[in-house]
This record gives sequence, C-alpha cells and structure tokens, in this order.
Amino acid sequence: MTSAARIGLGVATLYAAVLGAAFLSPYDPAAQHRDHPLAPPTRVHFVDRGGRLHLRPFVYADGDAGAKAYPIRLFARGVEEDGSIGSRRLFTVDPPAALFLAGTDELGRDQFSRLLYGGRVSLAAGLFAGALALAIGLLLGCVAGFFGRWMDAGVMAASDVFMALPWLYLLLAVRAALPLDVGAGRALASVVLVIGIAGWARPARLVRSVVLSARSRDYVTAAAASGASRTRMMRAHVLPEAFSVALTQASILVPQYTLAEITLSFFGLGVGEPTPSWGTMINAMLRQELSASHWWLAAPAAALVLVSLLYRAAADALQQRTQPLPAGAWQ
Amino acid sequence: MSILAFTVLELAPGDAFGEARLDRQLSPAALASMRSRAGLDRPFLARYAQWVGSMARGDLGRSIAYGAPIGPLIARRALNSLLLVSASLAATWAVVLPLGVWMAARDRSTDGRLLAAGATALVAVPDLLIAIALLVAAAASGVLPAGGLRGADLADAGALALLRDRVRHLLLPVAALTLIAAPPLARHVRASMLDALRAPYLLAAAARGIPYRRLLWRSALRAAANPLVSLFGLSFAALFSASMIVEVVMSWPGLGPMLLDAVRARDDQLILAGVMLSTVLLLVGNGFADILLRAVDPRIAA
Repeated sequence: MTSAARIGLGVATLYAAVLGAAFLSPYDPAAQHRDHPLAPPTRVHFVDRGGRLHLRPFVYADGDAGAKAYPIRLFARGVEEDGSIGSRRLFTVDPPAALFLAGTDELGRDQFSRLLYGGRVSLAAGLFAGALALAIGLLLGCVAGFFGRWMDAGVMAASDVFMALPWLYLLLAVRAALPLDVGAGRALASVVLVIGIAGWARPARLVRSVVLSARSRDYVTAAAASGASRTRMMRAHVLPEAFSVALTQASILVPQYTLAEITLSFFGLGVGEPTPSWGTMINAMLRQELSASHWWLAAPAAALVLVSLLYRAAADALQQRTQPLPAGAWQ
Repeated sequence: MSILAFTVLELAPGDAFGEARLDRQLSPAALASMRSRAGLDRPFLARYAQWVGSMARGDLGRSIAYGAPIGPLIARRALNSLLLVSASLAATWAVVLPLGVWMAARDRSTDGRLLAAGATALVAVPDLLIAIALLVAAAASGVLPAGGLRGADLADAGALALLRDRVRHLLLPVAALTLIAAPPLARHVRASMLDALRAPYLLAAAARGIPYRRLLWRSALRAAANPLVSLFGLSFAALFSASMIVEVVMSWPGLGPMLLDAVRARDDQLILAGVMLSTVLLLVGNGFADILLRAVDPRIAA
C-alpha cells in the first residue's frame, strides 16, 4: 500500500468511527454512572485469578476486587440505566460490571463514548466549515479574478480586512453576532457559519491568483476568440484548474477549522452540554485541577494530536501530488 | 472595518439587557429606561455616527457589563497583553535564530535532522494543548505559579519582590507562547539559511579561508535575513492570536479573556473596542516589520 492510500484509509476510518458512534460506543454519551465518577479505564482480563485462560475477554465488577467475571458481549443489546434493553452495540457488558475503555469524567460519563460522539461534532464542524469557506472563497475568488476591475478591488479589500485581524479575535467577533443559548443543532450550525465566514479570505485569494493565471493562458484566449461565452470559459477552462487548488487547500483548512470548533467549544461558545465536543472535554481537563492525577482525562487531547498528525500527513501527500502551493499558505 | 463590525453586531439578535428581560421584578418600563440610558433604543445610523464621533475624540464609550468607561478598562488589559506578547516575541526569536541556524548548519548530521523532525512534530500539536500541558505540569510540580498575573500576599512587598513576582508569573505563559510560535519559525529560519548557504559566493569565501563560524553567522545569516524580517511581522500576528488562548487558559488578564467575557455578556461596545484595538496593534506591528525590513535590506529602498 502506498503511503497516500494508507493515509486515506486512516482518514476514512476516523470518519467511519465517529459516524458509527451509536454502534461503536458501549454507552450513551450523556448517561451518568453515578457510582463511577472519575473512574480509571476498566481493565480487560483474559486470565482470571485462578490462572485459567478465558477465550472471551472479561472484566470484574468493582475494579479488580470483585470475584465474578463478566464477559464482554459482542454485537449484543446493552442494558440502559433504567434497566431497559437498549440498541445493539459492538461491545458491552452486563451491569453491575461496567466497561470504560477511556475512564469516566467527573459525572461518571463514559469517556470513550463521549470521544466518539464528540468527534462527530468536532469533525463535522471542521468539514462543513471548510466546505463553506471554500465555497465562498471559490465564488468570490472566481468573480474577482475573472471580472477584475472594481469587483476585484472590492473583494481583495474585504479579504485584506479579514486577513489583517488575528484569527481568534475575528472568530470571537463573528461569534458575537450569533445567539448564545440555542440547541445543539443550531449551535453547530452557527459555529460552522462563524468559522466559514471568518475563513473565506485565504482560499479566495488563492483561487483568484489561479484564475488570473488561467485566464491569461493561450487556450483561454483562443476560446474567447472563437466566441465562447464568459460562463462557458469560466466553467470549462478556469474552474477545473481552480478546483484542484481548492482540494489541496481543503486538506489544510479542514483540520484548522476542526481546531477552531474545538477552541470555540473550549471557550464555552460552541455546542453546549450535554452534547459532547472535544473542546468541552478538553475544558474539563482544565477545570479538574486534577488532570495530573487523573491521566485518562487527557484522552481527548491525545485524540486531537492523533487527528492533527493524520491530517497533516494527508495535506502533505495531497500537496506532493498536485503542484506546490505558494509559500506561507498558513500564518 | 468599523462599519462592518458595527453592522454585524447590530444584526445580532438580543442585546446586553436580554437576560434582564427574564427578571420578573423589572417592569418593562424600567427595562426600557435602562436601554434608553445606554442609548440602545436609538436608530442604527444615529448610533454609528455618534460612535465614530466619540472614537475620533478618543472616547471609546462605556461598557454596559462593567458599568465603566472602556478606555481605562481596555488600556490596562492591552498593556498586559502587550507585555506578554512582546516578552514572548523576544523569547521566541532568541530561541529560533540560533536553533534554525544550527539546524541548517548540521543538516547533514543526525542531530540536526532529529531536531528538525522534532520541530515538525511540535507544529502538529494544537496551541490549546501546549498551553494546557504546561499549566498542568506547573500545577503538578508547584515550581511556577499556575496562572494569574500576581501573587496573593503582595500588598506591602517591596518593588524588587513585586518585580520578581511578576517575572515568575510571566514565565509560564511566555514559555507556552514560545513553544507554540517557535517550531514553525525555526523551520522557516532553517529553510532560509539552507537557501543562503547554497550561494556560490559562500563557497568562494570559504575557499579564501574565512572561518566557517564567521561565514555562518555573518555572511549567510545576513543573506538569509530578508525573508526572516518579514516573518518577524507575521510572527507578531501569530503570537498575538495565540496569546488569546494562552491568556484564557492561564487566566492572564489581557485582551483575550476580556473579549471572551464581552461576547458572553453581549457587551457590544466592548467587543467593538477590543476588535478595533487588536486590529490597530496588528497594523502597528506590521508597519514596524516593514521599517525593520528597510533597515536590514538596503535593496528595498522605497
């Protein structure tokens, strides 16, 4: 397998994991296990205290003190808090035993489940915001590059303003314009809107430069000479070239915007509780004053580093396939 | 810029008294009088004109949430931010220059390569996590105060003790900002130096027996300086942006936490002033970099 294929597989696995959160996670992300606040990750055993090997991995109920082994059940229906039978999950154990792969937070919520569900929010926000910023950037960049004159001047002046501001201050300023206390769906939508609006300038400039260079190519002049309409020239000759640049730009923007969502949520301006986001989970690390002694609270941070590394590798691979970007595409 | 910010805030639903509306003990009439005292009931253009006028007179208006004039409020915060950012700027470049030159000079050996790979890996670690990791480490070890601007029991301490306290509190956020800003910059310095080292005139100079050390630090560094100086301006912007996260995480009373509170409280005047001020600071920083560029590189005489 080539390294590009490996990276692609990694990214696909990541998105599949958060999309399948309902199936892959053993618990509901908002379910509070009151008996297990700040529980460390549950130990999974293969060999019991008698030294007997079990083919099925199992856990003990009360840490390692319990006597009875509870096997991990695959593809089984879990038991909810109220005792009812829940939906089918990849793996689960019967109460009173519990399976917290990444420990629990201070309310006794399963961190592994919250990681999967929270990743859904954070990654989706990054993806949609990236798409939005690229769409705005593609549109305005094409308009500016193709029509030139006052349109070009106007768009470039606006992008100057947006690029002159420190990114986070800009993000906060735009965030100020949207309502604060709304449901999870609308909050996610507003975060996407905020990031998309704050981030269109860079892709717009890039697209504009590509359009400008494409417009002066001989084959485009030839098309104009043979009477092609402006729309046709744009669609057939200019856009395809801008599009490949936009794709490479996406691999840079999406992780950056994922991080932006996480930062906003960290500040308490994103999707609010009880819906988990990696940002609010990372904020819990800070609030806890304990993270040094409760190391599993750092799980979202570790996940975030992994994802950034993955995206970085993806961006590098994409950039090597297409032509190199102008230097300083970021900061 | 100001029109844009003002319009956007105008379009936003709700205002600073949105929460007060939920209070049963306040009659609608009392609420209306509170709003009119704050000038929120006047038409949009009139308020914008008034705002521009008072800005021109140097009056930033009053913060509704703090109930105080914005000028002094924001000035103190901005000074704190500037202190942090300029200290970090100095620390960052003090680290980055020798590190980058060294990485370039040792490019063909393992230690230089290893360092470059480390810098690349650090670039991928989000700013937020670096700040939190340092804070947790400081809190766990107890060597440095975990956040804040000053110690608690310093009411009657001498000037020297005050200074020591301030420096101790400054160390952690500066370290965080340096760790955030240095890795990408060090990579740039390395690339720029590698470019400069490839120049044929350096080979000629080396052939004439000029010591390598002198070549590296005098000739090559000067040739590499041009892109680095433009980087200096950019690094100011990057540090300024990153300082916001660090300020919030380490409860440093700068512009960042203030703006965050203003957004949470829907304090429009304060948001406006904060955004405008950060823009101005950034423009000043970029202008400074331009001047520096002309001083360093005589080829850019305008």
